[in-house]
Amino acid sequence: MTAARARPRGRPRLPTRLVTVGLFLLPALALYGLFVLFPIVQAAHYSLFKWNGLQPLTDFVGLDNYVKAFNDKGFRTAVSNNLLIIVLSLAIQIPFALWLAVLLNRNFPGRAVFRLIFFLPYVLSEAIAGIVFSLMLRPEALVDTGLTTIGLGGLIQDWLGDTNIVMLTLFFIISWKYFGFHMILLLAGLQGIPHEIEEAARIDGADNLAVFRHITLPLLGPTLRVSVFLSMIGALQLFDMVWVTTGGGPLNATNTMAIAMFKAGFTKSQMGYGSALAVILFLFGLVVALAYQRFVLRRDVEGAVTAYNG
Amino acid sequence: MSSEPATLYAASRTNPGRRRSRLIRNGLGGTARYAVLVAVAFMILVPVAYAVLGGFKTNGQLAANPGSILPDPWVFTNYSDVIFGHNAAAFWRETANSLIIAAVSVGLTVALGSLAAFVFARLVFPGREAMYTLFVFGLLFPSAVAILPLYILVRNLGLEGNLLGVALPQAAFALPLTVVILRPFFRSIPAELEDAARIDGCSTFGFFWRVLLPLARPALATVSVLAIVATWNAFMLPLILLNGADQWTLPLGVMNFSTEYSSDQARVLAFTVVALIPAVVFYAFAERQLVGGLTSGAVKG
Repeated sequence: MTAARARPRGRPRLPTRLVTVGLFLLPALALYGLFVLFPIVQAAHYSLFKWNGLQPLTDFVGLDNYVKAFNDKGFRTAVSNNLLIIVLSLAIQIPFALWLAVLLNRNFPGRAVFRLIFFLPYVLSEAIAGIVFSLMLRPEALVDTGLTTIGLGGLIQDWLGDTNIVMLTLFFIISWKYFGFHMILLLAGLQGIPHEIEEAARIDGADNLAVFRHITLPLLGPTLRVSVFLSMIGALQLFDMVWVTTGGGPLNATNTMAIAMFKAGFTKSQMGYGSALAVILFLFGLVVALAYQRFVLRRDVEGAVTAYNG
Repeated sequence: MSSEPATLYAASRTNPGRRRSRLIRNGLGGTARYAVLVAVAFMILVPVAYAVLGGFKTNGQLAANPGSILPDPWVFTNYSDVIFGHNAAAFWRETANSLIIAAVSVGLTVALGSLAAFVFARLVFPGREAMYTLFVFGLLFPSAVAILPLYILVRNLGLEGNLLGVALPQAAFALPLTVVILRPFFRSIPAELEDAARIDGCSTFGFFWRVLLPLARPALATVSVLAIVATWNAFMLPLILLNGADQWTLPLGVMNFSTEYSSDQARVLAFTVVALIPAVVFYAFAERQLVGGLTSGAVKG
């Protein structure tokens, strides 16, 4: 099945093949190396200097930028905001997406329309979504009026202006944009589960909840883990939506690691410090990726039954 | 892999046992399910409807009665200004910039990505898996990490403020997903076909170009669609690398328009709506590839 098996007559020998490999692979490797891998290495390099991005790179400061980051109250807020979004996504957004995926995992009239609508926000840019939401959320605009109309005027807040509320507002907008994406992934996962297994459990007397808990959820494991992973990586690099709606304010209340990095580099011309923040962001991502890898590898050894479509 | 989009869309199979259990559940759950789904759909569509209808209002209408649904009277100047009036120059220029960047970066990603995926899928050489892992690595970390050094790099290359300076990094960032999706697809094409092509005198590139790529059209469509969406909506990279209004892409243009006309909400809404039309039209045509691509990559784990 793979190309790894013995080669029939007529195929090139290894040295010829290496030339082919080089010619085929080099363009992609060059582009990827230059614009993705090299900048990451450079971030680590720059992070050891005090540097405004223009002068020669001479002012070596060791790990000072990292020390500065940990003592920077604004950056600590940023880290806790990123973690808050991760926690809320895992606790609310993904379960909600899963719930809707379960509701849509049946054949009923209108199913395709709902799927189409729920997934629509994913293709809209965060800039567009952010601008429409910030107009709707202005004081006495659509949201406030709507709440008053249905008798919930008491719930009205300064949605994007109150430092205690604004992260929750942002989380709502992010969920609006991305729950459909997770729902689509989970729906595909659900459709990969053979009905026979659920039927067998029902015949054995399991009720809906038991089937979901002991059959559906475990078999959905691989998809759920991908969903969780993508959600965490997305939450870690949250930037666009924040930049468009609040710009990190008010009073740093919606600061995120990416916002802090951007501001350090481009509004304060602290390229060295900004690079240190980038490296810290990278380390957070690495922890998530390693945890994911370990978790997935361990689980995949445990049960081949969870494999979907090969 | 090619069967997955089909699986996603296949009607659920019916059998007698399933029909019975569905009866039990639908008796209780049918109406409730519709209620939930309609409520969620409402939440999704409200901002879109608000923007579309708001564009037909005047600022006076928006301010005086923000809860009213339909414009009274309908005003067409906001939209006409954006499409062919005095805001049209900005809108069409930004659309053109977005298109140029998308075309270059998606073209590059698909071309280079399929060459690389071919090598990873069908040739044996030392270090292959290590090299492949290097590409997978690109999927696993937040791309924002590279942004500051990328700015320095693009500036040093003399590409700052050049559309190419955005298109090239975006092509590079889209490569990992392209390679990861194409490799299993290229692998699934039978070796007998390659043998036959060789006997007929095809070189490796000839096989790739004349046999493999035509067969891989669905997969190529999938990776293209994913790359187009990513590039079209990209915000941070263009924000950093483009430095003048004549280079802005649509997302940047929309943001700057909303700042420039912050007291003219109706006009901002009209501009935003017109700017989201290309994405919605694209979604209508490419939903299958988009959904199929996303799920084929992710559901396998």
